[in-house]
Amino acid sequence: MTDNVYITEERIEGDEEGPLAGKTIAVKDNISTEGVRTTCGSAMLDEYVPPYDATVVDRLKTAGGTITGKTNMDEFGMGTTTETSAFGATENPAAPGHVPGGSSGGSAAAVASGEADLALGTDTGGSVRCPAAFCGVVGIKPTYGLVSRYGLIAYGNSLEQIGPLAENVEDAAELLDAIAGEDPNDATTRERPDDDYAAAADGDVDGLRIGVPTELVEGADEGVVEQFWRAIDELESQGASYHEVSLPSVEHAVEAYYVIAMSEASSNLARFDGVRYGTSGGYEGNWNEAFAASRREGFGDEVKRRILLGTFALSAGYQDKYYKKAQDARAWVKQDFDEALSDADVLASPTMPVTPFELGESLDDPLKMYLADANTTPVNLADLPAISVPAGEADGLPVGIQFVGPAFGEKEIIRAGSALD
Amino acid sequence: MSDTPAGPDTVRHVAELARVDLDDDEADQFAEQFADILDYFETLDEVPEVDRDADLVNVMRPDEEREGLTQDEALSNAEGSEDGYFKGPNVS
Repeated sequence: MTDNVYITEERIEGDEEGPLAGKTIAVKDNISTEGVRTTCGSAMLDEYVPPYDATVVDRLKTAGGTITGKTNMDEFGMGTTTETSAFGATENPAAPGHVPGGSSGGSAAAVASGEADLALGTDTGGSVRCPAAFCGVVGIKPTYGLVSRYGLIAYGNSLEQIGPLAENVEDAAELLDAIAGEDPNDATTRERPDDDYAAAADGDVDGLRIGVPTELVEGADEGVVEQFWRAIDELESQGASYHEVSLPSVEHAVEAYYVIAMSEASSNLARFDGVRYGTSGGYEGNWNEAFAASRREGFGDEVKRRILLGTFALSAGYQDKYYKKAQDARAWVKQDFDEALSDADVLASPTMPVTPFELGESLDDPLKMYLADANTTPVNLADLPAISVPAGEADGLPVGIQFVGPAFGEKEIIRAGSALD
Repeated sequence: MSDTPAGPDTVRHVAELARVDLDDDEADQFAEQFADILDYFETLDEVPEVDRDADLVNVMRPDEEREGLTQDEALSNAEGSEDGYFKGPNVS
């Protein structure tokens, strides 16, 4: 039994029949569940009980799945280790003494420890793929607009998607089948392609063209790079071919991601004022004073940092310097990926440039933590789908390989990933 | 060190705009961390201007009445309510 996988352990039964009948699914605690507490890993929402289900929860129930509980996460999704949770850290079941990655660390740990068959996480800058890589499981970040965000408590809405985690690629694809598709309650969703994602996990990579962005391999630890090339060799032996590509824009992806995500967060988290929901504390004083006191008590340090930096990046005089330049970088990243994917079916890189941190190692140095997201954030900026699958171990710690596909090309990345299962 | 503009006074000002109380120690600590982070964000200066003509359309639904949350449901997470309304602090 792994400690602290769940913030709230409570079973929610789904319909009796359906493609997910008999499967247990852990759900990240920023996805609304009607009548079941949903905290976002924050003291601010310690007692928040949503009056409605997120669309994905509704779809899990209709597909016959049983929800096992709400999993631990970095506060409001802001972190790469699950240590910023107000409910304490989660240990990595695949690497004791180490973090499970984040922000969906509880979801990945639930799958890795066998507490649940499947899990849902959310990925704003790598928050499904990072914990999948760190815990030795599979995680998919869908194309922006494939999965409804209705009922997901927002952090960076232009970047985030809900995605599945599982022990193997086929199971993750099956969960994606259950949650993908247009939703009238989320105007950014698109009609899903007529694809059967689970059927795409056939392991057939004969003739697959893999592009390897050199920028995303060069910066990684030696042991990680070794495992990455071993996986590429394995795919080559199955009939795939690879060539190197260059994505010069990704050198600016991390800073562009953080400027955009923090800016969006500063606006999204303005709603937590202790009046409609959240911790009010019954503070004295006027509107502004009471809000500021409530937010001081309710938010942790990383959330405060991002709200303040986002507010700063959007403030008069700095908007052109930070926010507009970040949007330029985002467009540049998109162009680079489009170009690279015109000669390749998928792009491959290590998911994380590093192996899991030791518990407590990175908390004091926010910038160090941000830089670990170098390989995952470009994909969110480009709105593309990506999968992380296990690719061996370095120094006894799990390593993941990431495949990125064209928009709504989930089938390609699922197929590539399944060849390594 | 560049001329990164976020000293403790700026941090306090931004915190006031964002409605987050900070004590002096926190403002000092954040100022130190922000200096590193903003220094790093400076590299965005190297990004060329990019033509970003996203091909996007607004998605609208017909303006028809549909079911929403009841008043009780909407108020269910509020710490205070009165006569079916949210009860907040004094405005002035």
